[in-house]
Amino acid sequence: MRKVAIVGAGMTKFVRRALETPKELAYEATKTALDSCDLRLEDIDCVAHGSAPDAFDGIHQKGEYLADGCGGWNKPTMRVYVGGGTGVHAIIHGWHHIASGMFDTCLVVCEEKMSSAMPHAQGFFLTIFDAITERSLHPNLLWIFALEMNRYMQRYGYTKEDMALVAVNNKRNGLKNPASQFKDEVTVEDVLNSEIMAYPVSRLDVSPVSDGAAAIVLAAEPVARRLTDKPIWIEGVGWTLDTAYWGTRDLYYPRYLDKAARMAYEMAGIREPAKQINIAEPYDPFGYKALHHMEGLQLSPRGKTVELLRDGHFALDGNLPMCPSGGLLGVGNPIAAAGTMKVCELFWQLRGEAGERQVPGNPRLGVAQAWGDLMQVSSVVVVGN
Amino acid sequence: MQEKVHVSGGTALSEQDVHSGEIFMTEDSLDCAFAWDTGVAINRYLTELKNGRIIATECRHCNRIMLPPRLFCELCFKPSSGWVYINDTGVVNTFSICHVHWDASRIKEGEKPYLPAVIEIDGASAGMGIMQLLGEVEPEKIKFGMKVKAVWKPENERTGSITDIKYFKPI
Repeated sequence: MRKVAIVGAGMTKFVRRALETPKELAYEATKTALDSCDLRLEDIDCVAHGSAPDAFDGIHQKGEYLADGCGGWNKPTMRVYVGGGTGVHAIIHGWHHIASGMFDTCLVVCEEKMSSAMPHAQGFFLTIFDAITERSLHPNLLWIFALEMNRYMQRYGYTKEDMALVAVNNKRNGLKNPASQFKDEVTVEDVLNSEIMAYPVSRLDVSPVSDGAAAIVLAAEPVARRLTDKPIWIEGVGWTLDTAYWGTRDLYYPRYLDKAARMAYEMAGIREPAKQINIAEPYDPFGYKALHHMEGLQLSPRGKTVELLRDGHFALDGNLPMCPSGGLLGVGNPIAAAGTMKVCELFWQLRGEAGERQVPGNPRLGVAQAWGDLMQVSSVVVVGN
Repeated sequence: MQEKVHVSGGTALSEQDVHSGEIFMTEDSLDCAFAWDTGVAINRYLTELKNGRIIATECRHCNRIMLPPRLFCELCFKPSSGWVYINDTGVVNTFSICHVHWDASRIKEGEKPYLPAVIEIDGASAGMGIMQLLGEVEPEKIKFGMKVKAVWKPENERTGSITDIKYFKPI
């Protein structure tokens, strides 16, 4: 397998409702990523693009519609589609294209426009539940998160206040991100006093509905070295899918992530991730989910994660900064684009280009993760400078 | 070296922009209808629910009693070994008290919250939970590990659906 580097990155602002069409959003992110490494579309061999449910846009087979905006015209183009896991999974596809020796350069572009769905994108999540054994109970996606969060809290004796600390941490980081859709800091009290949607989930425990796109440029080693003196290497990739019988596994531990993380670390030669990883971007659509995923990523001992969070271990200047970008809670959550945004963030952080939110101490290794489908899929990418 | 631009585009629209008449929108509404065949295993499951019983499948290879029942065991990928009746009682593994409908609209004043739970049914292998609703219980009195029993619809109202169980109530 050949070594693969990230050589460029770009994204749009994440907003509640964008003037741009999905294709225009994808173009903005793609063009920004190309410009960042002084490449033109003709320098790109192939495209891996991603978008999550077609239903949000009401455009069936959205990949084909979107391809132009991703620079996919007349190129080998492949869409990735694993729900919330898409944003990191698409990067793994791009990595395959180059590591295999097939191509030298690849654009990875993920986009989501959730605002078109009326009255609310949430309604479409009904259709991910099993049509016969679950859907007639009229579930919404909050149920599954609330059931998981409650079980996680009960297993380790955590409180709603403990979980609220994540929103506070991530939203604080997000205020330093020029792509963020938020302007205000929130406190633990704000989170606890926000509307209870599905106990124990309150409104500010949840990431918003967003429109946006994010893109990176991948290159094979010799090309990467020619393009930049600061390539960021993809050192490990991992992904797994757990069973769709989600009620069958105990929800307090993200088993779907355990194997994906170990696979990525093994490839990267990382034996002690909690000591070796300098920056973590766990998937954080809900506050507790970031902590849940830190445990699945083997970056925090099970049941000790709140303690570490309270001790400042995961703060921007802590030993292992968590979601320095602000994450989904602090930047926004245009589903597929949010995962790619996490890898854009690691790219900028490891090059020392993250501005106000730069993690100190010349971080060397970062891990990004996204999760999706019916509590099932996890994709992990380890990058290093 | 000149700092590269990281962020471009993503023009936020406000409510005012949307209502101003200067931003145009095209609207459409889809009305999709489906009728799903319930399959070899679940058809038997639903037939037994209509009879007021819960049936599971067994995998003798993995030593599991599987609920919902299935044609094959996803672990060893062998066909299920046979059918087993199990109880209509179980234990609450986790639960929620939900104040929003499936489409994110809020429940109205006086309307009861949804009480979804993962229930481990007695007789199925440990950890084989199914999603069901709780009922006849004050939300604040729901406990982890609480023992519950199915409350069935009257026989003449059952249709061969998971909703033939109205909910599970504490025992």
